[in-house]
Amino acid sequence: MASKRGRMAQEVNAGSMADIAFLLLIFFLVTTTIASDKGIMNILPPKQDPNQPPPEVELNERNIFNILINANDDLLIEGEFRNDTKGLSEEIKSFILNFGNPDEDATALFNSLPPSLKGIADQSPESSDHPMSGGAVISIKTNRGTSYETYLEVLDLIKQAYFEIYGERVGLSGEEYRTLSGQSAAEKELIDRGKENIPMAISIAEPDKSGS
Amino acid sequence: MLLFFFMVTTVLREQTILVEQKIPQASQLQKIQKKTLISYLYIGKPKNPSLYGSEPRLQANDVLINTSDIVLWVNQQKDALSEAERDQIWISLKADRDVKMGPISDIQFELREADARKLMYASVGKVENN
Repeated sequence: MASKRGRMAQEVNAGSMADIAFLLLIFFLVTTTIASDKGIMNILPPKQDPNQPPPEVELNERNIFNILINANDDLLIEGEFRNDTKGLSEEIKSFILNFGNPDEDATALFNSLPPSLKGIADQSPESSDHPMSGGAVISIKTNRGTSYETYLEVLDLIKQAYFEIYGERVGLSGEEYRTLSGQSAAEKELIDRGKENIPMAISIAEPDKSGS
Repeated sequence: MLLFFFMVTTVLREQTILVEQKIPQASQLQKIQKKTLISYLYIGKPKNPSLYGSEPRLQANDVLINTSDIVLWVNQQKDALSEAERDQIWISLKADRDVKMGPISDIQFELREADARKLMYASVGKVENN
């Protein structure tokens, strides 16, 4: 009996538990990939009906900001050759907010902007009329040989220009505006107020086939 | 504590990726709130060129597919979602940075045909070096 009671009282040796836990920790540390579901969002245009030709959109040349990227990743921005994308975001911003020839609605929009954005407006007759729908369009045209990286870099800068404008309208930085999730009503309201009347007009043309 | 943290957050990869993935960098990143709506397409040079050649290929789920199969694949992905969420599907394009715009635009064309127009160019945050 005495010997049996002794066996009951015996404890499991827990000294190696720490080692096992440590090994497991190392295993999970190594296998973990923190899922990153981030990226640049883009909405594609609806598919074309073969029976219906695409609607002809008449836009004045001054209302289009042309960005061409060739197979060597050289840029042609508004007819001007560039090697890099330096300062592109600022140029796009001042293009969007040019207000060269605003109609009544656009003038009302202009008056609603904060002073920092009003300061950007050049009102030059050679640039875009107004930032509302059909007023200022950014057009990217690539070649089939253009690298994806360069294309994404340009798209990134265009998005940056828009987010900065939207953010400034609601008193946030572009970064803060971009990370709004829109899950609460207050955030949704901020998002809507930021982009109200200034649609993100980015046109991505079919790449041409030469040189690939 | 740490052990439990990693045990909970670990998602074991259910797919082997057969193409090279050097995700490009960008700064204006946004997140999608509902992860179940996202389907992934991987584009890049195959890791095993002797089997699949050296031209950039497209991978969906576990297999390499052709551009012409995208419509079918999108419809399968849509079927997996509930009725109300079917139109809200997002396609995350995980393309290698060395891929040219030619294949990308072919894929975009097929996605338009399949009516999956919400596209996300997956990218990682830019490291500022100035």
